[in-house]
Amino acid sequence: MAEAATGTESITVREAIRETLSEELGRDERVFVQGIDVASRGGTFGLLEGLGEEYPERVRNTPISEVAIVGSGLGAAMTGMRPVVEVMYSGFLGVPMDQILNQVAKLRYMTDGNVDIPLTIRTQNTSGFNAAAQHSQALHQLLMAIPGIKVVCVSTPADAKGLLRAAIRHDDPVIVFEHAGVYNREGEVPVGEYEHRIGEAGIEREGEDVTVVATQVQLWNALEAAERLAEEDVSVEVVSPRTLDPLDVETIAGSVRKTGRCVVVDETPLCGGSQSELATVITEEAFFDLDFPVQRLGVDDVPTPFSPPLEEEIYPDTDDIVTTVRQLA
Amino acid sequence: MSEIDTRKRVDLDDEARIDLLRTMQRIRAFESRVQTLFADGELPGFVHLYIGEEAIAAGVCGALEESDYITSTHRGHGHCIAKGHEFDRMMAELYGKETGYCGGKGGSMHIASPKLGNLGANGIVGAGVPIGVGAALSSQLRGSGQVAASFFGDGATAQGAFHEAMNLSALWDLPFVGVVENNQYGEMSALEEQQAVTDLSERATSYGVPGIDVDGMDVEDVYAATTAAIEAARAGDGPSLLVCDTYRFEGHHEGDTEFYRDDDEINEWRRRDPLKTYPERLIEEGVLTNAEWNDIVDEIDAELEAAIEFARESDYPEPESAYENLYAEEV
Ligand SMILES: Cc1ncc(C[n+]2csc(CCOP(=O)(O)OP(=O)(O)O)c2C)c(N)n1
Repeated sequence: MAEAATGTESITVREAIRETLSEELGRDERVFVQGIDVASRGGTFGLLEGLGEEYPERVRNTPISEVAIVGSGLGAAMTGMRPVVEVMYSGFLGVPMDQILNQVAKLRYMTDGNVDIPLTIRTQNTSGFNAAAQHSQALHQLLMAIPGIKVVCVSTPADAKGLLRAAIRHDDPVIVFEHAGVYNREGEVPVGEYEHRIGEAGIEREGEDVTVVATQVQLWNALEAAERLAEEDVSVEVVSPRTLDPLDVETIAGSVRKTGRCVVVDETPLCGGSQSELATVITEEAFFDLDFPVQRLGVDDVPTPFSPPLEEEIYPDTDDIVTTVRQLA
Repeated sequence: MSEIDTRKRVDLDDEARIDLLRTMQRIRAFESRVQTLFADGELPGFVHLYIGEEAIAAGVCGALEESDYITSTHRGHGHCIAKGHEFDRMMAELYGKETGYCGGKGGSMHIASPKLGNLGANGIVGAGVPIGVGAALSSQLRGSGQVAASFFGDGATAQGAFHEAMNLSALWDLPFVGVVENNQYGEMSALEEQQAVTDLSERATSYGVPGIDVDGMDVEDVYAATTAAIEAARAGDGPSLLVCDTYRFEGHHEGDTEFYRDDDEINEWRRRDPLKTYPERLIEEGVLTNAEWNDIVDEIDAELEAAIEFARESDYPEPESAYENLYAEEV
């Protein structure tokens, strides 16, 4: 948005995250990063490697204490800092949940707006690593169900830069869900400081016949599916919500009004999943343009099993998307 | 606070000492093979090895009865072996096969067998401690005389779950033994970078329970301290906290570059390798001959190779089994 970008460069999600944090730490002394081994190893998967040497005071290793990692981030955010705290896997959000549910999300409202909470919580969903039920979860739907904290999902390198920067500069708490399965994905990113505004969806591929709304690994699967379906003359529009709460109803429903058919694919369990919220909003907003009920793809309400064939079984893949789209087209 | 005489030596006959050694060697052999199998790409997922820490699992579980409970951690293979889990079904679980202890649903970080008193390895640091305390509560309520021991790392003592569980177990005089495996690091950060009080047994004071410093490289010291703690627990005198000093010889997980520690430190600890010192000691004291020791090693290796074959030849679970066993009552 604001800054004029001069061209694009091709980088990975991993690089984009590191670069953005480094830039924001350099730009604003109120920004600091804390989490388990963030300074020494560079956090989960070594994403932030070297950041601790660049900013020794403001990139802080914590003990294994997620309640304190998030809670002290909140206290600092209420008193003039702009913390970025890391919870290594979204499955570990269970530990600091009171801080998120009852503190981070509620303190501004309960004080009738007397305090801003510019806190960023970084975490990541995981699938496809045979890391089993506690380490492999998609949990942004839980946070979507909590009024008072904004929820974004990183799918592409452009998201990684645009959303993370927007989250850090935002005056409300934002939880950024990254995904282990997209860290090494490469893509074009505008050069310079740009943001993906919180609350704005993106059209990742334009099409006419069917809209596929997808996040993270499933967004890449959706793009692959669209490529394959193009050979069958089925034109798929792929929409990335980017912000899951609040949803960009206009962009998402707008696409469905055009195509009249929609598949929502995400890795959250279907019962109470993000797919349900998206399908409801789309149905409310585009009901008279829909030729079919909105289709949902997700996990059929089980935790993630360890064994490779079991894990493959429960997650949607490109074939599933292709098959579902074909049924509508 | 009950008094526990930590220096009280328990009488271990030759057979018992050889059993402790055998358990340690079973763990070492298993973990060493897991390391190569993982490097060869045969095992999916993440693997955290217990190499170097064998004396703790062997000493603690050696002192427990079969009917007693444990909870374990992400670094749990050693606890499982010491608590009587078989190589073949453990190995099958690591391969994700249907014959594994969890039918392939758990994997390395989640081997559990409630039938064997193992309430689970755990991927959430600190989560096992309250579960262990709950098993102790259940024993107390049922008047069963069972004890529960929770294994956890030094890093886990920074979690609220640890603090809450210790306080509760002390308040209610539960038959519980907290076993800290102080391997000096939590992931890539040293103890002193994570704990304000690095003398972890001092923590026990704040719960009014005995805090016992244990040489975690000496299986007999672990056995003796655990035996004393268990006696107190069974007598209704409440929990204790054992702080076992040890070292993991390998990285945090396989693939860890270990940039955070140097060879001198590793070698210093390796001199205290319980699988070097203990067999030497038993041989020197005439408990065991060299030949007998070699036979034990060979026997274990043979059993292990058979377990690997078993795991390799076992089938993967049917994909549909992913949807099974979520609930006791399907509706
Ligand atoms: C709640 C939670 N936070 C972070 C992690 C990531 N993690 C896995 S093992 C580990 C280190 C644990 O250290 P320690 O308790 O000392 O056990 P050790 O690995 O040394 O055996 C961490 C931080 C986790 N699994 N769970």
